[in-house]
Amino acid sequence: MDSVFRNRTAAVVMLTPALLVYTFVMLVPILWSVTYTFQSGNAITGFEFVGFDNWIKFFGDETAIDALLFTLRYAVVMTVLQVATGYGLALLYIFFLRNKSPLVRTTIFFPVILPTVAVALMFSRMFEAAPTVGPVNTILQWLGGDLTDFLGTPSQAFWVVILMDVWRSMGFYAVLLYAGLVEIPNEVIESARIDGASGWKLVRRIVFPLSLPVLLSALIFSINGTLKVFDSIVALTNGGPGSATTPLTLYMFRTSFAYGQYGYGSTVAFMLTLLCLIATIFVFRSMRRDVTTS
Amino acid sequence: MKQSLRRGRRTFAAAAFIGASALALAACSGSSDSETSSTAGGGGGATGTTSDEFTYLGQTQNTTIVGTLEALQTGACAAAADGTPLVSDAIDGTTWDQQLQVYAANDALSNMSMAAGTPSLMQDFISSGKVLNLTEAFADLGIEGAILPAAEATLKQLYNSDDLYALPTEYNIEGFWYNKQLLEDNGVEPPATWTDLVAAAETLDAAGVQPFVAAGGDGWPVTRLVGDYIFRSLGADALQKVADGEASLTDAEYVEAADAVAALGEAGYFGAAAGSVDYNTAMNQFLTGGGAFFYMGSWALANFNDEEQNQIGVDNIGYLPFPEVEGGAGSIDEVPANAGIPVMFTTANYTDDIGEWLQCITENYGNVALAEFGQVTGFEVTEIPEDQSDLTTLVQDTIASATGSVLWFEAAFTSEGTTVSQTNGGGLASGNLSGQEFMELVQAANGG
Repeated sequence: MDSVFRNRTAAVVMLTPALLVYTFVMLVPILWSVTYTFQSGNAITGFEFVGFDNWIKFFGDETAIDALLFTLRYAVVMTVLQVATGYGLALLYIFFLRNKSPLVRTTIFFPVILPTVAVALMFSRMFEAAPTVGPVNTILQWLGGDLTDFLGTPSQAFWVVILMDVWRSMGFYAVLLYAGLVEIPNEVIESARIDGASGWKLVRRIVFPLSLPVLLSALIFSINGTLKVFDSIVALTNGGPGSATTPLTLYMFRTSFAYGQYGYGSTVAFMLTLLCLIATIFVFRSMRRDVTTS
Repeated sequence: MKQSLRRGRRTFAAAAFIGASALALAACSGSSDSETSSTAGGGGGATGTTSDEFTYLGQTQNTTIVGTLEALQTGACAAAADGTPLVSDAIDGTTWDQQLQVYAANDALSNMSMAAGTPSLMQDFISSGKVLNLTEAFADLGIEGAILPAAEATLKQLYNSDDLYALPTEYNIEGFWYNKQLLEDNGVEPPATWTDLVAAAETLDAAGVQPFVAAGGDGWPVTRLVGDYIFRSLGADALQKVADGEASLTDAEYVEAADAVAALGEAGYFGAAAGSVDYNTAMNQFLTGGGAFFYMGSWALANFNDEEQNQIGVDNIGYLPFPEVEGGAGSIDEVPANAGIPVMFTTANYTDDIGEWLQCITENYGNVALAEFGQVTGFEVTEIPEDQSDLTTLVQDTIASATGSVLWFEAAFTSEGTTVSQTNGGGLASGNLSGQEFMELVQAANGG
């Protein structure tokens, strides 16, 4: 087997088909999209070379900057919440539920497989203020509060989106992190217990450092997924009220396909790609140190 | 250190190469595409003689057009359908313009389809020769004069063109529809001025009646009020001046209009959670007595005339033109009008057979749509149904007696301006957005 891998011809023959597919399916469209960033127009009116105009426009476009800031805010809040709740649930599975864990895991994982639109519809009904009053407002009113238009108020719509997406995704991160936690040898945990570590100390000194690799994966999954959020926001608020919950992805979609500005839309898409790249490198670099060896 | 420096140089060189290649590719492709797209046309002559089918693409939400076409196929247009049957399809209207752009870019438009919702996109279709010039086609077919002059003028104004490029399968007037009973019960006279309207709202609100019903979630029923206020206060050409760059929405006299509407929202006259109410909910709310005034187009006659939907009774609904703004340059006689979403014919695959369909539709659509669906269109009508409601007759009379018409707030805006305006309209109704903030957002989206 080793000799096959050392054979250049064999390596080329085996790699070429996959590389060709990857080139035509991924690299060519990306390069094509980059060429659009230097053009304006669309497939109907035709394209015109405009140099760096789209890039200059992006940094002076208040809506784009707002969308960028919303995306970053959403990504940070969501990543913290979904990885933290996922980690908390995984610890719960391991240390408390043990044998009952499969049933609870399945129940908590269930929202992950539900269609986004169905979940969004359910949440919009839950937080509805008109024409019918949803359960959340009913409870609020019963407690003496005012009728609140959650999805019609910018600050509150953001938190409804966050709540819905955390509910949808925490089961996935719980399972992902659980898979990492079960890999920690029982002997290590037992010996730590014998040495007097328990509760929070055990988690902080032993479990957390040993689960860092899988936490890193979860963070990269989360940050990239949340930076590219699209479907849940379109289904729940469609970026509204106004543009209060419009992420870069939705702005890119609208710019390209609703406003017919393919060049500018590609520029927004490229900025999003850069953002994902920077976030991933940042997470990698900040967690490169292997704490288990120190 | 040296190794990382070398790696850094290699990465920089690769990035520079990719960037330079992209720039070169973009520069080359830009010029060639521009040349091919500059061929405008849209002439009305047929490109062949026969077609196997007559294809129509509409929105799933609109069943009137396809219903009328089906009635025509088995009736007045049976001869045209012989050998070229109607094949209809429908897609969701919420992403209509986006899907239409993809079809148009690939020359895959149906023979006839509902036109783009955004006028500026239609103008792109027209300038790139995708859409049939109906003025020329009518001349070839010898059917000039089959479209009502008012409807033809509205469509030409809408697409900023001297020729006709779409058929008015609807012709609507807009204004306030009101619940006569609610006004009478509270001693409110139908208002003729904006000040009277605000006073009426105050009286109704104090009596526990929701003054206005509006689909703030959809945005446009609220932005229509801003547009109409501008037409009344600054004149019929005020928004065209904005589109032409002669005026800005952030000018004080324009902001005044948005402020006037925002003040209604702030006072709570649109009801609780106005920014979340959608079209169907608002319609249902008005037709079940949930509010006094309802700004809407006359396409709602179908709902008003439907006894199942209309719980307050068709005779209990009155029509009120958008009131005058005291001291304004506009007139109450200039009726806000539109052709709904008209239909267009594509230049690709326009044959003699399709021309036969075009002729038959133009000559018969008005009668069939009115008889079958109670739809007032921009086509000439020769047969008035015996059971036509008084409200429908009122609309027809208003259209006939109007001395002029105005379009709507976003009619001359870009696609982006239209979207931003309509997604923020709900903010005015719910009191979350001031007039100044709204106008700044829309002006910026219109290109500053």
